[in-house]
This record gives sequence, structure tokens and C-alpha cells, in this order.
Amino acid sequence: MDACSLYDAVIVARSRSPQYAGTAKAETARAQGTNPLCGDRVRLSLCEERDGIRDLRHETRGCAICIASTDLMAETVMGRTKADALELARRFTDMLNSQSSAADLDDEAGLPGALQAFLPLKTHRSRLRCATLPWTALGEALKHD
Amino acid sequence: MSISETDSLSHADLSHLRGQFPILSQTVHGKPLIFLDSAASAQKPDVVIDGMAEMMRSQYANIHRGLHWMSERSTEAYEAARSRVAEFLGAGSREEIIFTHNSTEAINLVAYSYGSLIRPGQAVLISEMEHHANLVPWQMLRDRAGIDLRVAPISDDGDLDLDAYSALLSDGKVALVAITHMSNVLGTVTPAARLVEMAHSAGAKILLDGSQAVVHRRVNVRELDADFYTFTGHKLYGPTGIGVLYGRRELLEAMPPFMGGGDMISSVTFEKSTWAPVPAKFEAGTPAIVEAVGLGIAIDWMESVGFDMIEAHEAALTKHALRVLPDVPGLSIVGKPKDRGGVVSFTMDDVHPHDIATLLDRNGIAVRAGHHCAEPLMRRLGLTATARASFAVYTTEHEIDVLAATLRRIRQFFV
Repeated sequence: MDACSLYDAVIVARSRSPQYAGTAKAETARAQGTNPLCGDRVRLSLCEERDGIRDLRHETRGCAICIASTDLMAETVMGRTKADALELARRFTDMLNSQSSAADLDDEAGLPGALQAFLPLKTHRSRLRCATLPWTALGEALKHD
Repeated sequence: MSISETDSLSHADLSHLRGQFPILSQTVHGKPLIFLDSAASAQKPDVVIDGMAEMMRSQYANIHRGLHWMSERSTEAYEAARSRVAEFLGAGSREEIIFTHNSTEAINLVAYSYGSLIRPGQAVLISEMEHHANLVPWQMLRDRAGIDLRVAPISDDGDLDLDAYSALLSDGKVALVAITHMSNVLGTVTPAARLVEMAHSAGAKILLDGSQAVVHRRVNVRELDADFYTFTGHKLYGPTGIGVLYGRRELLEAMPPFMGGGDMISSVTFEKSTWAPVPAKFEAGTPAIVEAVGLGIAIDWMESVGFDMIEAHEAALTKHALRVLPDVPGLSIVGKPKDRGGVVSFTMDDVHPHDIATLLDRNGIAVRAGHHCAEPLMRRLGLTATARASFAVYTTEHEIDVLAATLRRIRQFFV
């Protein structure tokens, strides 16, 4: 079977066993993102302190891409400042939405390695939203001040 | 085409028939295309593609208003398509056929126009398994006109609950029933003649959404005694942009126009306009001329294959699918209606329908995944999404076998 590059081993592994599922112990903010087209739903639970995001957990009901994207987002933004996390959200979304080929972007995007697993989505545009949904929800969660 | 007079398609017949659909010889991601998404939109045979192109090449102009040869030929072809549709549906007269852009527009036409005759306190009755196209227009009418919107439940198997349907009709307040003739998710073929009879006994008119049903079975609106019947061309091996509303003549005549514009008027002054007789009253502006002709050609093509043949072939495919798909580990078929057309929705343990669809696509297999424009039905079934394989006259048992084998490998990949 042709499983296609979209289902990178890290995506399949994280979708089967998310490492950041649940709710943050000292939750300070939460947000939800839904995709009305497929019913996917991402619930984020966030512990934000003055110096940045201390903890981020999620409860995700969705496809493999959506669950893995949420889990890898949690891993990537923990420990970052709010501004940093929002900048990363912007770059990730721009990377997927840009018309440049995946090959051109590999070096330019400067994204953490794990997030580059989603680059093949650029040729599966109908699935883009599966990966960007948690990042949109994160933007909502961090909007509070 | 000519097909032997048997009750199902032989291998040679099917191969000949498939040869008339140029898209079926395409490859996708290097694999032969297996198109199992015909319930969303069917592929087109050469005669439709060529017939529409030929019209634009040789006999095309605007209709009804030109005093020249080309306009007359174009008008003849458009009106011949109307006659063809009337004959196809068994309508009492060709004036009972209104061309719209799709089934959604046909339902909106009735909701707007017939809906304006429904008074506050009266109700419209739909079912739990409606496509959004036969739900949202009625919600909009409810909110606009202060009427009641009632919903007839279905059983866990996906059949309409006829006792509940009867109870919802019993107070005599339902002015109109609007119900599917075949579910696009469950494949349930509803007992249309009985639903019509029960609606009429309760003093209600009835609209049947035939978008799926008309593709698979012969429909006769007079035998059904339906008041309104809608379908769309692109699911019927015809082009997009053309749909049909059948309406009983006396109802259409009593209804106000849906849209205003050219062609739907009798006379216009700045003070007042008067309406053209049906069907023109409901066809404002330049219609989808070439598409209507394409629909007529598609109907001719279906009749040449024969509805007995189509029905027998698709019943065999559905039976085959219901035999081989449940053998795929973790796969559950959604619904178990008493009478099912060629639509099979399914879920697979631990594999989201969108992942199923993407991985099938990588292997050349096109299916639909999602809520299929029937969110309330999904909630009723306790699901957020399903994958759906739908069959057409060109589908083969071998394609269903390849689907099942690929689903097995997809599950192994994820679980």
C-alpha cells in the first residue's frame, strides 16, 4: 500500500499515543478549535506563567494529522514565551499555506524539526486545516491579554 | 449502446459500458482510478460530453427570445430536454417540470414559494436523515414565517420510524412533508408511496428529495402521487448546473414566483408585472441551456442501458459490498436499512474517516469522508464522520474487492 509521505512515522506514532493528552494541572487558560467540515475538535488546557507557557495539554478528537499536530504543538511551544509561541504559530501556518514547494521551504522555514513532518501537507491542501486547527486554538488561548 | 436482454450486466457489457466513460481510464497517483464517490457526483459518458460540446459548436444561442434560426434550434433542444425529463419522471405534463440549477435550488424554490402559502401555526415535517439541502431551507422558512418544523425520527438501523411519522402528522397541522427518497449517508430507500399516502391522509402535501433515488431506480411521480419531486443532473451522469423540480400543476400555478427577471413575466410596467404561465414563471433569466440538453442526453443514455439492468447491477454490488466489507477487521457498516441503495457508509476502529479517505486516494480509490452534509444525522448516529463508498452503473465487484483489501492494509498501518 502507498501510505504516502504525509503519514510520517512521527505523525502515526503521536496519533496513536499522544504524549501531552489531558489537562494542565494549574490551568490558566483554555480554548477549543473545531472543524465543522469533519467534526474534529481540539481542546487545549494551558498553564501560562509570566515567563512563558509552562504546560500545555490537549484533548483531541480527530484524524491522525490533527492529533499529531496538536501533540507536537504542545511539545514545541512548552517553555516558550507567548510572543514566541504566536510567532511559531504564524510561521507554521504560513509555511503550509504558502505556494512554495516543500523542498524550497525545508531550510527557509527554520521550524523545529518535528513540525517539518507536516510539510507534505502542502500537496494535500484539503487536509491543511487538520494540522492548523490546534495552532488556531492556541492563538485563541493566548489572546486573553 | 446495446446490452443483452438479461437482468444483469455481463462482464463484456460492463466493460463496454465503462469504455464510454473516458475518466475511468485515468490513473491517480500512478494507480488505476477506482471511483466510489458517485453519490457525490457521477462521472459522465462520452455521449453527454460530446453532445454538449456539439451543441455549443453548432446550434447554440439564447432561448425563447431570439427570432433567428439559431435561437429556435436552441429553444427546441432545451424544451425537448424538458419533455424528456417529464417522460422520465412520468409527469402529467411537461409544464410540471421546472429547470433549476440543482436539487438544492429546487427545494429552496418550494420552501420560498410554496412556503409563503404556509401560515403560522402550520408545520413542515422532515426526517432525521435529511441532507442539509432538505433541512436548512425549512429552518429558514420556520424562522421567517413562524411555522413549526417537525422532525420524524429514524430507527438505529436507519429506517424511518413510521409510527412516529404518523403521530407527527396526526394533528392535521402539517402543511408539507419534505423527505428524502434515498439517504445519501445510509442508503436507506424510504417507502415513498406509503409516506405520500400517509401525508395526503393527514391533509399534507409532500416533497420527495430524489437526488439519490432517481439515479438508481425508476421513479414515476404520478404512481407515487408525489406533489413535488426534486433531483439534480450531475448525479445522474449529466452535467453540473442543472436540476429539476417536478410540481403538480395546480400547485405550481397557485405559487408565487421564486425569482424575478427576464422570461418569467407576462407583462412589465413600472407599476406592476404579471407572471408568465408555468414553467416559465419559475425560470427567471437565461437558464442552463446546454446543461439541460446534457441532462436530456444523460437520461436517454440511462434508458438505453435500462433501469432494470441498472437496479440489478447496483443491488448485486451493494450485496457484495455488504458481504466483503464487514470482513475487514475493525470495520463497521453504518445502518442496516430494510431497503438500501448503492451507498455504504462505514467507520473503522481507531482510524479516522479522513485518514481512510486520504490513504485510499493514494491508492487510486476515491471515496467521500466527513459528515456528508447531514450533521444532525451524524449526531443521531453518535458519529462525527464516516467514510462512504457509493456505487454507480460503471462500478465493478473487483473495485469493491480492491477497496476491502486496501482498507485491511490501512488498518494494519495504523493499529
